[in-house]
Amino acid sequence: MTAERPMYGLIAEFDDSESLLAAARLAHEAGYRRMDAYSPLPVEGLAEAIGIRRTRIPLIVLLGGLTGCLGGFFLQYWIAVLDYPINVGGRPLNSWPSFIPVTFELTILLSALSAVAGLFALCRLPWPHHPVFNLPPFEMATQDRFFLCIECQDPRFDPEGTRRFLGDLRPRGIHDVSS
Amino acid sequence: MAPETPSTARENPEELPLIGREYDYRAITDKISSIVLTRPAPREWYAAFGVGLVLVLVLHVAAGYLFYKGVGIWGIEIPVAWGFAIVNFVWWIGIGHAGTLISAILLLMRQKWRQSINRFAEAMTLFAVMCAGMFPLMHLGRPWFFYWLFPYPSTMGVQPQFRSPLVWDVFAVSTYFTVSLLFWYVGLIPDLATMRDRAKSGWVRRIYGALSMGWRGSAEHWFHYEMAYLLLAGVATPLVVSVHTVVSFDFSVGLVPGWHSTIFPPYFVAGAIYSGFAMVLVLAIPIRKIYGLEDLITMRHLENMAKVMLATGLVVAYGYLMEAFISWYSGNLYERYMMWNRMFGSYGVYFWALMLFNVLMPQAIWIKRVRLSVPALFVISLSVLFGMWLERYVIIVVSLSRDFMPSAWGRYSGTIWDYLTLAGTIGFFLFCMVLFIRLVPMISMSELRAIAPKQKEGGAA
Repeated sequence: MTAERPMYGLIAEFDDSESLLAAARLAHEAGYRRMDAYSPLPVEGLAEAIGIRRTRIPLIVLLGGLTGCLGGFFLQYWIAVLDYPINVGGRPLNSWPSFIPVTFELTILLSALSAVAGLFALCRLPWPHHPVFNLPPFEMATQDRFFLCIECQDPRFDPEGTRRFLGDLRPRGIHDVSS
Repeated sequence: MAPETPSTARENPEELPLIGREYDYRAITDKISSIVLTRPAPREWYAAFGVGLVLVLVLHVAAGYLFYKGVGIWGIEIPVAWGFAIVNFVWWIGIGHAGTLISAILLLMRQKWRQSINRFAEAMTLFAVMCAGMFPLMHLGRPWFFYWLFPYPSTMGVQPQFRSPLVWDVFAVSTYFTVSLLFWYVGLIPDLATMRDRAKSGWVRRIYGALSMGWRGSAEHWFHYEMAYLLLAGVATPLVVSVHTVVSFDFSVGLVPGWHSTIFPPYFVAGAIYSGFAMVLVLAIPIRKIYGLEDLITMRHLENMAKVMLATGLVVAYGYLMEAFISWYSGNLYERYMMWNRMFGSYGVYFWALMLFNVLMPQAIWIKRVRLSVPALFVISLSVLFGMWLERYVIIVVSLSRDFMPSAWGRYSGTIWDYLTLAGTIGFFLFCMVLFIRLVPMISMSELRAIAPKQKEGGAA
């Protein structure tokens, strides 16, 4: 039915996370780079197996938290000292200990907001129409099946050779994914 | 099944399974998603929906009359200007704390038993914080000016006073709500994708599809996701401690005898977790019964929650003891009078009821038979919820009504509108919970898969 549409890649379907992890490692060893693995639960080591070494989330959260912390403190400093000073019996205007709770809360708030924004940005979500969704069996990827997709754009991709390579991994099935 | 039979009661609790042994990925997904997607709602659901709806209407009437007439319809007067509204605010926000504790702190401590209960405990947090947030707003007198609490470029040229705990409270509670919502939503995304993939009808599929943002469980996504979730838990943990600390500053920064005490922050945080776990038990016990989830929310979960309740209850009891000791030891006339008045004054019955419901009753949890008896846990949890409400009543009303000068003393009691508003928020809470159970998977499927006792055939366990 989708034969006219260009191909996105070949996907192999597995029954459990161990087979997927082993397959992903072998595919990476075989030199494939443009690929992704799909699982209904986080599989330890899977991202490393397909060549993803680090995530920038911690850096984003740190920057967000620092922004909240400094911004929160200087917001209060600016209001209490510069914009709207209130002289309470000659006490110091920059009464920094009483600015700590709001500084703390804003640190947390901006850390959390940047964690979620960073997550969506790094995952490039929302992305409602990814090619893998064209494959009907893929709906099991969020339930109890595990998938490894090698994309056509991979320099080593070759329709026959890659199909043979995936077949050697003893998957439950191999499907074409149209884009 | 039926882990609460006496024969298993003698087993070592560590050996009680976290979830039923026959669950593999498919069984978990089927069982939890079918509650929303295919199974018709049980009769009890309709009953709870009806009660919730009626009480939400009561809340509308109570709030509507309040906005029409003003806060004079409540029992508050001088000196007790912080009546039911603040009692209920502190009570609700405390209840919310268990959700964040279960989802964040137990995650950091790698406690796997959190995984059957975190989703609805987090939902409970959101709804409890919503209920809490209503009270200070209604108590404002001119609630339409609520935004004056935030710093914004006002044409009046005024700014909030950041040296006031009441302003800290605004930031703490609004941050708490936002972070709880984010945490809950991020945890939901993989499950919303499962719901999308299992939904039969087109528009249900589209709604879950939009909410799941196109999640496809890719290895790269999971990699970022796990880090983001861990960091969210990391920031939510100090947050949950800070929120009730800031709430307790509302009191302890004031000079009123019975408020001005350094023990307030730890004792408030422990009390918050105490009442929150009680609320989780009060919700979990009927839910697991009605939906037949006894093998996902097992006796081990209930027992662990009861133990956390007992531990935090003891911290709270220590707080009461120290309050009494310090008021005697300080030698301060007003502090001593405050404690004497609390115990033997005209509100004495509240204090002794508090001791009964909040200190004495929960001691039954020491007994293993009680811990493994579902009805007993339910009754104890209700007792704790009532006791924690009384605690805030004693702290707020009894302290304010008898401060320094006898000429300024007064007597407070709630009016019918106070009670209707409280009942209305309980109904609002129930109503939200009922909708939540009907619309989203109430137990995290993606997290339960990680502790599934049995894999599919062909895979190693």
